[in-house]
Amino acid sequence: MNVRRDVFQAIADPTRRAILLLLASNTMTAGAIAANFDTARPTVSKHLQILIECELLKQQQNGREIYYHLNAQKMKDIADFIEPFRTMWDDRFNLIETIMKKHKNK
Amino acid sequence: MELKTKVHAENGKQDLTITRTFDLPVELLFKAHTEPEIVTQWMGSKVVKMESRRHGSYQLEKTDDKGNVIFSAGGAIHEYIPNKKITRTFEMENAPFGVQLEIYDFEQLTDDTSKLTIHTIYESIALRDQLLQQPFAQGINWAHNQLEEIVSKLK
Repeated sequence: MNVRRDVFQAIADPTRRAILLLLASNTMTAGAIAANFDTARPTVSKHLQILIECELLKQQQNGREIYYHLNAQKMKDIADFIEPFRTMWDDRFNLIETIMKKHKNK
Repeated sequence: MELKTKVHAENGKQDLTITRTFDLPVELLFKAHTEPEIVTQWMGSKVVKMESRRHGSYQLEKTDDKGNVIFSAGGAIHEYIPNKKITRTFEMENAPFGVQLEIYDFEQLTDDTSKLTIHTIYESIALRDQLLQQPFAQGINWAHNQLEEIVSKLK
């Protein structure tokens, strides 16, 4: 459960989701990935590191270059999983709690 | 950390259960689901109609800033027991998800806490699974738009 939550924290970030989409059809080097963003190169590297730690990306050495590609199995785990649905309801319920606490104190 | 909101959806079934404990008296929790001016605040949509009673019906609508309707949904209320239970149907209009049956159980835990259980039954297993994945699909779509925006800035 904890590991899965980490994965969802990983994809909660728009830059990291954009990286996953970039890699959906290509394997790319860190430099090629970073070229798609305005963000500084070390920031992109940090995002790549997080995606690797959650096993969403894999690295492959090819000569002097390291290429990144999607870990398809892990991506499938997420797609099958219901966490975003739960989060949507959780947000809604948190809002109800906040609204009604104010309502009560009126 | 114990999650406050839980979703129980078994593989190969056409229903699911959402549970949540609230730091609110059951009366306030019930009110949040039945008074139009409160529902509109947390649903983020306009409440066109909400007859909170047996045989009543309700209708929700969301418009974009140009006034185009981007979401509309509604249903009929079959059972209405104040502070205890609501059984209703729910249907998103112009969406291929069919009609779902929703059973809301409101339960008092203490004077200041309560529990909500929503049991939802879909027309088929496939429709349930499709709806479960909606928020994820939206997240990816959104990421895609972001990416398009980033790419278009580079041109």
